[in-house]
Amino acid sequence: MSAASEPQPLGRALGWLDERYRIRELLGFLGHKTVPLGPHFVWYYFGGVSLFLFMVQVLTGIMLLLYYQPGEATAHESVKFLISEVQFGWLVRSLHSWSANLMVGAIFVHMFSVFFTRAYRKPRELTWVSGFLLLALTLGFGFSGYLLPWDELAFFATKVGTDIVGALPVVGDFLLVLLRGSEDVTGATLTRFFGIHIALLPGLFTMILAVHLIQIQRQGMSEPEHLQKQPAEKRRSMPFFPAFLLRDLLLWLVVLNVLAVLAVVFPWELGPKADPFAPAPAGIRPEWYFMFMFETLKLLPAHIWIVEGELFGILVFGIGGLLWLLVPFLDRGSERGARHRWLLRAGIVVVAYIAIMTARGYMQ
Amino acid sequence: MKPTLAAAAVLLAVWPVSQPLRAQTQAQDQCIACHQELDGELAEPAKKFKDDVHAHAGLGCADCHGGDPKAEDADASMSKARGFVGRPSATDMPRFCDRCHGDANYMKLYNPGLPVDQLTKYRTSVHGELNAKGDTLAAQCASCHQPHEMRPSNDPTSSIYPLNLPHTCAKCHGNAAYMAPYGIPTNQFEQYSTSVHGKALLEDHDLGAPACNDCHGNHAASPPLEAAIPNVCGNCHAFNAELFAKSPHRDAFEAQELPACETCHGVHAITILTTANLGEGSESVCMNCHEPGDGTRGIEAAVRMQRGLDSLESGYTRADSLLLEAERKGMYVDEAKFTLKDARQSIIQAHTLVHSFDDSTLHVKVDSGMAILASVTETAEAKVAESAFRRWGLLVSTLIISFVAVLLYLKIRQIEKH
Repeated sequence: MSAASEPQPLGRALGWLDERYRIRELLGFLGHKTVPLGPHFVWYYFGGVSLFLFMVQVLTGIMLLLYYQPGEATAHESVKFLISEVQFGWLVRSLHSWSANLMVGAIFVHMFSVFFTRAYRKPRELTWVSGFLLLALTLGFGFSGYLLPWDELAFFATKVGTDIVGALPVVGDFLLVLLRGSEDVTGATLTRFFGIHIALLPGLFTMILAVHLIQIQRQGMSEPEHLQKQPAEKRRSMPFFPAFLLRDLLLWLVVLNVLAVLAVVFPWELGPKADPFAPAPAGIRPEWYFMFMFETLKLLPAHIWIVEGELFGILVFGIGGLLWLLVPFLDRGSERGARHRWLLRAGIVVVAYIAIMTARGYMQ
Repeated sequence: MKPTLAAAAVLLAVWPVSQPLRAQTQAQDQCIACHQELDGELAEPAKKFKDDVHAHAGLGCADCHGGDPKAEDADASMSKARGFVGRPSATDMPRFCDRCHGDANYMKLYNPGLPVDQLTKYRTSVHGELNAKGDTLAAQCASCHQPHEMRPSNDPTSSIYPLNLPHTCAKCHGNAAYMAPYGIPTNQFEQYSTSVHGKALLEDHDLGAPACNDCHGNHAASPPLEAAIPNVCGNCHAFNAELFAKSPHRDAFEAQELPACETCHGVHAITILTTANLGEGSESVCMNCHEPGDGTRGIEAAVRMQRGLDSLESGYTRADSLLLEAERKGMYVDEAKFTLKDARQSIIQAHTLVHSFDDSTLHVKVDSGMAILASVTETAEAKVAESAFRRWGLLVSTLIISFVAVLLYLKIRQIEKH
């Protein structure tokens, strides 16, 4: 063999892997995958942004684990030590907190864009279901992570949040003790939330994320109905690899820079250490993504007919969540291209309700 | 003791003990039933009495005023034969109340913690002395204690609750016409309201702040004797009093018959003396007695103390503003803020040490405070510098990310062209 036809090191490695795992088949699949182009194109990026922020979460979370010590006597102190004494500890914590919030925001945008473009329609019903589960787990990450610094606001917000679970009929008391590890929010709650935050949720999330990504890769990206109806010569697309992937990477760099600016200019604060015997401070409120539910429960009267107001609110949100999960199956005409105006209107009402109640919560 | 006096003493001792047996509930009390139906001031006691501390203890009108509360006929119920004593005069009032309040055995049945020497103390007071001489204007029990609607001192609606007490005293002592026969000033309440004590009590509702009775006494109310002033103030300001007692000023003040604390701090309009009130400036209180070069070296010491305190306070202000700046820039400075509280404590202690009038003693505290401030300032400066470093780091990382992003963009353009 001449020197000119000698394979390059990368090609040799690829050949070695292909011999064992048939890797060229997978690359061939990626090489043929395309992304439909159109005015909706921008919404495709939010899934990727959510994924990128999750990766930041994993990386910074592992770094935080090197110093964080769960426990009533050590949690707050270890976070204080981390942000005041450890080189770049403040940056890692700030990145973790900011990217958590941006990730929830990106997932919400991703979910509503899928809803309004009806990308959940056949054959992607289960992709919607796995995405819904990922959103639920992300909210679980947010709720459990909020308590970990064991500061005053987080302590009382967790108390209020877990009280809501305790209001459920029949299983409420059991779930409350299961979550808290005792009747009240104590060090046992902190240990449980820590376990849930760093072991249980990441395990579940990784599995469902893998399913979600496989579903997307197998079925490709959904094309809006009105583009599908156009003649083939008018429909435009872009290769996923490398064109769309590189665009994704470019946006990730921008998001990384936004994160850096937020972390440096607005470092995440650490409140005073939680004191279970102190009176609840003024202005207890949950993270912004729970605000609309919190605000609704505050506004409900003590009793609605024979049901307690709080319980009524929980049941409505529970039923609302279930309906949201079943959207692809409720929108039965979607596979025929029929338009369900009531579902579109319901979606607009949901977005408006969440926005108004969240804003109201911050204006109080 | 003469037999009649002995018999009277026995009667007085035994009579109050029998009172609870005669205690009536208001429901059975004909006095209340009739007086409620009357007009004007005769009805007032019956209407008010339900909230009176005596009513809560189960006592009725007859327990103080005598008479028969069960008799429905007014003449019978208020007959002298049935022990009716009616309304006591101002000069009789102290002994009237003392029938029960001076009896330890009787008071044990209701409130064992309540002192029973009020009359003894009252007789030593200016009010009590005037009352004993037949002065009906001088304050007696009913002047301060709201008859028929009397409440314990811890009840916020009571006339002797700390927040209300200055107003109660001022009812007479702030009334120029009422005080005219005694020739004493009537601006005490006005002055007290502007004082550090008055503001703390009346504006901040700090119940630990002194009201009139804390300096003048309750039932033994009188102006503190000059010799007693350091002890009276020292009840709260213990360190200041102790330092003053060991200072050269104590003997000097005594020799010149100057009232100790009052000489520099004033009487009712006591304000917080600041560092500006030391030294030889226009606000100096030292200059009231001393002059530079008067041979006492007082002003020289005062100037040195003022400089020490000035440096401590300005150092504190600088450290505090630096920490604030670092905090505003997002730096975590809680530890340093906590240490700064020690410096604040040093300033308070140094101000207390002024009462030793010994600048070398004061400078030991100033030096230790300055050492704390130096450490806090160093930390704060480091935090401010670190915040600048963070922003530079952000700028550099932004440039790097932007550079990579531009390269990526060019690569995308290149790919898309092909």
